Amino acid sequence: MAKEKTNKTPAAILNVTPTKGDKVFDVINIIIMVLLCIIIVYPLYYVVLASITDPRVVNTGKMLFWPEAPYFKGYQEALTYPQLISGYKNTIWYTFLNAIVALACTIPGAYALSRRDLPGRRPIMFLFTFTMFFNGGIIPMFLTIKSLGIYNTPWALVLPAAVSVYNLIVCRSFFESSLPQDLLEAAQIDGCTDFRFFFQFAIPLSKTIIAVMLLYYATAMWNTFFNALMFLQDDDRMPLQVVLRNLVLSNQLSASASGAEAAEKQKLVDQLKYVIITVSAVPLMIVYPFVQKYFASGVMLGAVKG
Amino acid sequence: MAKNAKASADPNANDRSLIQRILRSWQLYVLLVPALVWLILFAYYPMYGLIIAFKDFKIRAGILASPWADPLFKHFTNFFSTSIASTTIINTILLSVYQLLFSFWVPVVFALLLNQIRSNGARKAIQTISYAPYFLSNVVLVCIISVLFSSTGVVNSILASMGMKIQNFTSEAQYFRPLYIGSSIWQSMGFNAIIYIAALSSISPELYEAALIDGANKFQRVWYIDLPLIMPTVILMFILAVGNIMTIGYEKAWLMQAGGNTSVSEIISTYVYKTGLQSAQYSFATAVGLFNSVVNFIILVIANLIAKKTADISIF
Repeated sequence: MAKEKTNKTPAAILNVTPTKGDKVFDVINIIIMVLLCIIIVYPLYYVVLASITDPRVVNTGKMLFWPEAPYFKGYQEALTYPQLISGYKNTIWYTFLNAIVALACTIPGAYALSRRDLPGRRPIMFLFTFTMFFNGGIIPMFLTIKSLGIYNTPWALVLPAAVSVYNLIVCRSFFESSLPQDLLEAAQIDGCTDFRFFFQFAIPLSKTIIAVMLLYYATAMWNTFFNALMFLQDDDRMPLQVVLRNLVLSNQLSASASGAEAAEKQKLVDQLKYVIITVSAVPLMIVYPFVQKYFASGVMLGAVKG
Repeated sequence: MAKNAKASADPNANDRSLIQRILRSWQLYVLLVPALVWLILFAYYPMYGLIIAFKDFKIRAGILASPWADPLFKHFTNFFSTSIASTTIINTILLSVYQLLFSFWVPVVFALLLNQIRSNGARKAIQTISYAPYFLSNVVLVCIISVLFSSTGVVNSILASMGMKIQNFTSEAQYFRPLYIGSSIWQSMGFNAIIYIAALSSISPELYEAALIDGANKFQRVWYIDLPLIMPTVILMFILAVGNIMTIGYEKAWLMQAGGNTSVSEIISTYVYKTGLQSAQYSFATAVGLFNSVVNFIILVIANLIAKKTADISIF
């Protein structure tokens, strides 16, 4: 990250007036970049716009650029949708639980593995890394969940996701590169125990990596779909992603508004799809601009040893 | 510290000091316990469960008491004797190979072009926008595809307004791969470019200065400086991507399965899910999954060996 900040384009450093060819290059390049940004943003923007626009306008299939014919019944209807509300609650609860469990497993574990004086460090590390390349697959995992007696409980989602070996490696690289060896040696001479060093020095110096880990685990759990489908049974325990899939992709939507006419109902159903996609993606999209630099720094930490 | 162990000349003392070191590090092992418990329960215990691929597993009897399959490789031979075996294997390989061919170079080009944007602010802004879709879940992604490409969706309307026929993008076999790969480029181009952008930003400005003095234009600077210098990173990422060729995610493929596209969208992992968990053929599905894992593991190890040789970087 630090490297990126100091990066300046060479022409700016040398203050050379660009040639005609370079100007053409720049113009084409800027056009490509603008087009790319539009391609990336427009589908998302369209879904959000469609969620607040009269479905009759949306269904004519014309491109939407700004809000027109506002129609908010979809949101009112979505708020009364019991599955959606319970899906939301479940997802928040599972994400919260997973964040605590995952940090409690990953941060101390990664710290211990970052210590060069830990006897058996390499073989233990190999045991972890090996699971990135070879694993039991879904059926043995399913049987494990069953035999541990956590099938159809929040733990069936939270515990298997308690450690991601990739995250563990990223976190270990961080500790290796950012905790000065001198600090440890000085503390050890003063009789500091490993516990005390970890809690008093390592953790306060690692706020960045804790934030990165929190974000990685939280987005992974927020987006969990298949594990929920496999390891949970009751409808009222399903997280948002499963609800989303049932409602939008399996067409299980129906407008409950009593007394509404058939045409009105169909309108609602059409809009509800956009509304539900929007409400399930929006929390990430709101948090995203504030935390994206942590994601990027995580990638770079991972690349060191990835 | 390791130094203490080396300090003693007596070999017996070495053994003793290893035990001492282990005892002295007990607090570190305590810190490691939660992660180790996870490793045993959710990584190695399921691996032990793989032996049901060689058994006739009955859920009542449990893993140990279930009888061995007769012959031992029954479930594997059963799989290979069906036509679905070749279909799913070919679909898996084609989907990954096409994905690699069509999407691998996109982040590289994007990073090279982005690096030529002069304003720092604009560059940061474009980069931030570019990896926004990465954090959408597969479900949200497939939902967006399904609404945009439905028969009444905006894509078909645009086609219709240009006088073209309306297509069933989401259920016809011929559109499955383009949609799958296109959406994954859309979703991960920016994120995959991060590593190249970082590699570009570490190129020494002196090289550009020298090139400018020699009168090299922008295109030449990209072609003769940027590209060769990020090539090692590109090659490494390519080898790693080849190594992952059989691990293509089942979640998105399964979610995108609709109507007539199963002839191309049924890959090994979605087939494992269906036979295993939807029709409860545990042993058979485990055997199919194990076959996939083993092939994948072999490819990964080979790719990793090549990466080690060429770039001196290894994931092990």
